[in-house]
Amino acid sequence: MTVIGERSSYISGLGQSAVGRNLGRTEMDLTVEAISTAIADAGLTPADIDGLVTYPAGGNGTAKGGFGGPSANAVQDAIGLRLNFYSGSSDGAAQLQALVNACMAVATGLAKHIVIYRTVTESTAQKASGRRGLAGSVAELEGEQQYMMPFGALSATCWLAPLARYHMDKFGLTREQLGQIAVVSRANAQLTPYALMRGRPMTMDDYLAARMISDPLCLFDCDVPCDASTALVISHVDTAPDCPHVPIQINALGSASWGRPSWYEWEDMATFPGRDPAAQMWSRTDLTIADVDSAHIYDGFSIITTLWLEALGVCGTGEAGAYIEGGHRISRDGELPLNTNGGQLSSGRLHGFGHLHEAALQLRGEAGERQLAKQPEVSVVTNGAGSTVGCALLTRGLLS
Amino acid sequence: MTARTAVGAVLPMRLRPYLDDDNRAFWTGGESNSLMIHRCNSCQSWFHPPAPICRRCQSTDVGPQKSSGRGTLASYTVNFQQWIPGAEPYIIGWVELLEQPNLRLMTNLVDVEAEDLSLDMPLEVVFEAHPDGDLWYPLFRPVGAAS
Ligand SMILES: [Zn+2]
Repeated sequence: MTVIGERSSYISGLGQSAVGRNLGRTEMDLTVEAISTAIADAGLTPADIDGLVTYPAGGNGTAKGGFGGPSANAVQDAIGLRLNFYSGSSDGAAQLQALVNACMAVATGLAKHIVIYRTVTESTAQKASGRRGLAGSVAELEGEQQYMMPFGALSATCWLAPLARYHMDKFGLTREQLGQIAVVSRANAQLTPYALMRGRPMTMDDYLAARMISDPLCLFDCDVPCDASTALVISHVDTAPDCPHVPIQINALGSASWGRPSWYEWEDMATFPGRDPAAQMWSRTDLTIADVDSAHIYDGFSIITTLWLEALGVCGTGEAGAYIEGGHRISRDGELPLNTNGGQLSSGRLHGFGHLHEAALQLRGEAGERQLAKQPEVSVVTNGAGSTVGCALLTRGLLS
Repeated sequence: MTARTAVGAVLPMRLRPYLDDDNRAFWTGGESNSLMIHRCNSCQSWFHPPAPICRRCQSTDVGPQKSSGRGTLASYTVNFQQWIPGAEPYIIGWVELLEQPNLRLMTNLVDVEAEDLSLDMPLEVVFEAHPDGDLWYPLFRPVGAAS
């Protein structure tokens, strides 16, 4: 008998710090804001928290890298938590590995109320060190990057653009179709208080006129670095009667890596590594893609979102272009509302946790001005691309 | 748009790998014009990046072997962003080597204009030496293109 241990867990608390550019705040300050908000939102106090998980491992500072956020150790010490479980890693199911770890700790009984968080200060770091710091910061390359960076493939943009080119050449994906991911996200961001691009609407013409970064990906195919921290409290379902909100259950997780964890040597040029966690997730639930009411799909780059749509079975391989044509299906009043907070493309690179936070907020029915008219009951969240990918299926209320 | 595609002039500088026992043959084979790719002596499969074990049969009887240096264009991008200050547009390619399906390298495409690229076109290796003369970057050009 298959044990679906993740169903022991639900999302009890949500916390989102200020989101902005060059906020002039430390990573710890933003993290404390998000975590304190999440704990209070769950109706708990710091004394109730017995677990703490982050992505990645933390530790390169507010201004130096801006990517790691403070470590679990540092946050435990700052807030004064007494922990039964803590971890931080960039290995695993992308940013969602933090959720996976929390669910496992809940299922094993190691901890009951676990805070997971993700903090970025990439905007401040860019200001401090310049956008072009990468090439000068590396002495001699080791690991997989030695086979990419010497050829000027210095950004994930360069690692993903060939997949967009492939889908354009082999399946007829057009820039106008791909641009719908960016245009729909920008429209959604107009209703999101914290979105960086609120008040800055964008048309398809704007998109098509943007400068190329790594052809065929243009500026608006790339997400926007920001300063922010996002935190959630993951709790054991036994505590759900005490939760002040509708519990949002973790129905199924996808953390698999069956094929090659590679940006350019994945076995099938037509798909990508998200295919594996998606298949695993669907194997762990009776729900199907037809049950999904809103999709919160990773959009570090627009092409990732289209690849995930295909991996999840929203449409067939090579069919995402036709699916998003015109943008109607993925709009907030369409059949599969996508990235309802504006995603990373238009809200800011909350780096995976923004998708998880927004999915839970919509499932609760607490998304305010941007709450979907039809209350979602089931939502899917995906994170990552390339060598690190994961996904999760969430439900409004507890299923057995 | 014209990309920089002359060998030795694609990028103003190239990052260096740290050479070790696994990767040394790959990064130095260019000295003898050889694209050295790891191969398993037990099941004969090729693999990249180089590693001390075969990912197909788990044999540790593996080592670098000279490949044909030929392949086809799996995909590519013309990069415009100046990640390296002063870089002009250049082409990053994914090349699938003839030796085996899905055996791919990331590289730069040279001696070809972006508008003349098409997926699956045949390519051949050409090496660019590091200025220090101690390692060689495998680049690819259309088969028969003048150097
Ligand atoms: Zn073998």
